[in-house]
Amino acid sequence: MRNVLKFFIVIYAVACLSPAFANLLPEGGAMPEISLSVPQLPEHRTYLGLPEQGMFSLPQIKAEVLIIEIFSMYCPHCQREAPSVNSLHQKIENDKVLKSKVKMIGIGVGNSDFEVNFFRKTYHVLFPLFSDADFSIHKKIGEVRTPYFICIKINKDQTHSIFYSKLGPIQNADDFLNLISQQLQLK
Amino acid sequence: MKKICNISFILSAVMIFQIYPAFGRSEAFKDNIYELGELKPTDSVVKVKIGDPAPDFTLPSVSGEKVSLSDFKEKKNVVLSFVPAAWTPVCSDQWPGYHLAKSIFEENEAVLLGITTDNVPTLFAWTNQMGNLWFPVLSDFWRHGATADKYGVLRSDGMSERALFAIDKKGIIQYIEVSDINARPKLESLAAALEKMKTPLTPSK
Repeated sequence: MRNVLKFFIVIYAVACLSPAFANLLPEGGAMPEISLSVPQLPEHRTYLGLPEQGMFSLPQIKAEVLIIEIFSMYCPHCQREAPSVNSLHQKIENDKVLKSKVKMIGIGVGNSDFEVNFFRKTYHVLFPLFSDADFSIHKKIGEVRTPYFICIKINKDQTHSIFYSKLGPIQNADDFLNLISQQLQLK
Repeated sequence: MKKICNISFILSAVMIFQIYPAFGRSEAFKDNIYELGELKPTDSVVKVKIGDPAPDFTLPSVSGEKVSLSDFKEKKNVVLSFVPAAWTPVCSDQWPGYHLAKSIFEENEAVLLGITTDNVPTLFAWTNQMGNLWFPVLSDFWRHGATADKYGVLRSDGMSERALFAIDKKGIIQYIEVSDINARPKLESLAAALEKMKTPLTPSK
């Protein structure tokens, strides 16, 4: 019987190392390798500083700080938060210093291109949104609930580190932007 | 020995509940989602086909009134969205998405009727977490699953399949999609079906 217990403990230990258990987005750590298609809209390519086609990884985005929203058009909180997220984007775009250094993207987990586009059009989202229809990105980041926000600091050599990784809406946009400014050593 | 068995059971249960993926993970539901695990994708045989008159039904809704399919005849196209059960992963995503997609239904002169085999109080509590849904949510609890059974989407465990039926203004079934119960149907398939059913504009003379 002790062998049975040992068996289950081993299985449990293995399972604990699986993405479903581990925090794969620790502050101070790095993002898992994520590859996305270059956006079709020219204004999105320009915004992110990307070439006209192909795939790219997150640190290739021309920014010092990248804010990533993990969302789903099927998530009621993501729907409710969409106007606040838009206003955060607008605040960044209206700030002469932050505008060139801070970029935002959204990744719609389990959402097809059609569903992501529907969400974008419904809420007039101006920053680029990407589809993760088969949950492959979602699995890589530990199947977090939505909405989930991640901020990474991208260095000139394209290394990066996570400095914000939290479930739930951004409670206070000004505090959040202060945190970003600190990372950029503007304050 | 009993203790060892208990520990093994607890470890197994924790693994099953935590390894299972990814639907219904909106913060709106926090820890209130009951994980069913992987289910047999479908477990019934559809009894209607495209071109058949849709079987009529009258069911109680969460808001109190009774709703019949025949209420909409000659007025609106109707989409029936059967989902398996309240407080379960995929179902808790699907209707909030349709709530957001109201314009797709309106633009195609369609109403949506959400149906499960849960009772009204359960549906009331569950749909309250989704916000104020624009479409009626109907309970097919008693006689249990009778409406699901008319369409051939009642599973052997008493839940319904995850199924969509689009019915035109004449009451004829124009679209049937019985999905794998473990996955959410893509919105674009339903949107395309509704687009086809829209009354064509009369050409101007």
